[in-house]
Amino acid sequence: MSQVQDYPSRLSTPESRKFGTFSYLPPMSDDEVRKQVQYIVDKGFNPAIEHTEPKFARQHYWYMWKLPMFGETDVDRILAEIEECKAANPGHHVRLIGYNNYTQSQGANMVVFRGPVE
Amino acid sequence: MSKTYQAGVKEYRETYWMPEYTPKDTDILAVFKVIPQDGVPREEAAAAVAAESSTGTWTTVWTDLLTDLDYYKGRAYAIEDVPGHDDAFYAFVAYPADLFEEGSVVNVFTSLVGNVFGFKAVRALRLEDVRFPIWFVKTCYGPPHGIAVERDKMDKYGRPLLGCTIKPKLGLSAKNYGRAVYEVLRGGLDFSKDDENVNSQPFMRWRDRFMFCQEAIDKAEAETGERKGHYMNVTAPTVEDMYQRAEFAKELGTPIIMSDYLTLGWAAHNSLSKWCRDNGMLLHVHRAMHAVIDRNPNHGINFRVLAKLLRLLGGDHLHSGTVVGKLEGDREATLGWIDQLRDRFVAEDRSRGIFFDQDWGSMPGVFPVASGGIHIWHMPALVSIFGDDSVLQFGGGTLGHPWGNAAGAAANRVALEACVQARNEGRELEKEGKEILTRAAQHSPELKIAMETWKEIKFEFDTVDKLDVSHR
Repeated sequence: MSQVQDYPSRLSTPESRKFGTFSYLPPMSDDEVRKQVQYIVDKGFNPAIEHTEPKFARQHYWYMWKLPMFGETDVDRILAEIEECKAANPGHHVRLIGYNNYTQSQGANMVVFRGPVE
Repeated sequence: MSKTYQAGVKEYRETYWMPEYTPKDTDILAVFKVIPQDGVPREEAAAAVAAESSTGTWTTVWTDLLTDLDYYKGRAYAIEDVPGHDDAFYAFVAYPADLFEEGSVVNVFTSLVGNVFGFKAVRALRLEDVRFPIWFVKTCYGPPHGIAVERDKMDKYGRPLLGCTIKPKLGLSAKNYGRAVYEVLRGGLDFSKDDENVNSQPFMRWRDRFMFCQEAIDKAEAETGERKGHYMNVTAPTVEDMYQRAEFAKELGTPIIMSDYLTLGWAAHNSLSKWCRDNGMLLHVHRAMHAVIDRNPNHGINFRVLAKLLRLLGGDHLHSGTVVGKLEGDREATLGWIDQLRDRFVAEDRSRGIFFDQDWGSMPGVFPVASGGIHIWHMPALVSIFGDDSVLQFGGGTLGHPWGNAAGAAANRVALEACVQARNEGRELEKEGKEILTRAAQHSPELKIAMETWKEIKFEFDTVDKLDVSHR
């Protein structure tokens, strides 16, 4: 049994909290985030950004950053908005969404910046 | 001009074979694969199927003349060869709207697959597809919530959902069972599932199971910060018991329950589905007994019909085959019926076994569930085949992990997310799967050991029920 490893998740350790798609992978590099933005644009989704204090991450509604960028297809513009949101809200998680208005759902939703957990 | 009454037996084709008939948009259309008895001509066999599944009986009766039989009768309107099968042919039958009660799947199938399946003039008979007209779709209840609402309630987007059936199927105590549930949920799965035959046996009564499982859900949610569910099986010996279990699950605040629509019965299932919408409960649907009905390629009902009728009856998830696991399933046929579960409109496509255009109107979609004999090495293919709107369930592939359930769950979650990320980056999952998983395993010891445990196992038995699309 000595090789069996413990699974290190704890109620008492905030870093055990997850936040949806890609939160079981290491944080994305800038290049990886760019590729996901490109995917949202290629699929015709409407990009949007949300953010929250990490301790309120479980709630359905995070703070909306401005409005969804309806019809925006410029990847650099979208990346710049993510940076602007981060700078204006230090310590927050920042989430990138791709709204699919045909299915009335979100075709993509991922945390692209992880705020420090207390 | 009125007709005169003549007692005796007439050939079916005199009344029910109408090749000149153009089906109406309001007709229910059905296609049967027919193998007639020797010596019975195709037109006569097709007409007999139309007659026996609608207004006809074996002899003329005087009361036929009290009604307008030409208005009510089913009509065999076309015959086609079955590619690669010399004895069989396809018979297309149109049924007028007035033959059926609104919103009653039970009524439609009591006609379409009723006495006719024991009828002597045919050696074997299989209902391959049914086109439900929009008036019928709109009078059925449909999924309690559907894919979009479930995603919102569970707060899960942009990827398939992950589940796991708790094993061993039978014999665990409620507390030990809840332990297994807690471990898979804290490890990263979205759902765990009661096995279909876990109802309320002496070793674990339903109420105890529900309570321990709910505690497992609550703690896993607090620990991971994500929303979780356990499909609490409310399949029961009586409808009263079913409701009692569902009501208790609601009291506990659980998000999802489950039923087995074929063994529970369609009317009971339809009632449960309505209850689920009225009470904000998601409904997972298992399909025990389906293979009895759908596996024989010459006799019975094709699963695509059982899938369509479940969408009409209502359910938010339906088990619909894995393509790659231990259970039967032809890839193209499976893709055909998962379209029927999810899409707003499905066009005729014989290469997927779809015989009719099907308009689903505003009816919500059902998540197809891939479950049975699958593990992390299947993940790239599963994500590629099923896409985001699916539930992938790894039973042995989670619980069989050498470090236990939580590690097994984490391995699956990491593998899933790595595949979705790679797909979004434009990579080809089925070609590059090994590389994608190997890279993800560098950051996940749980995935690494899982990949060593299940080294690219494949199930390569031939499919018994293949699509008849080409001459063999």
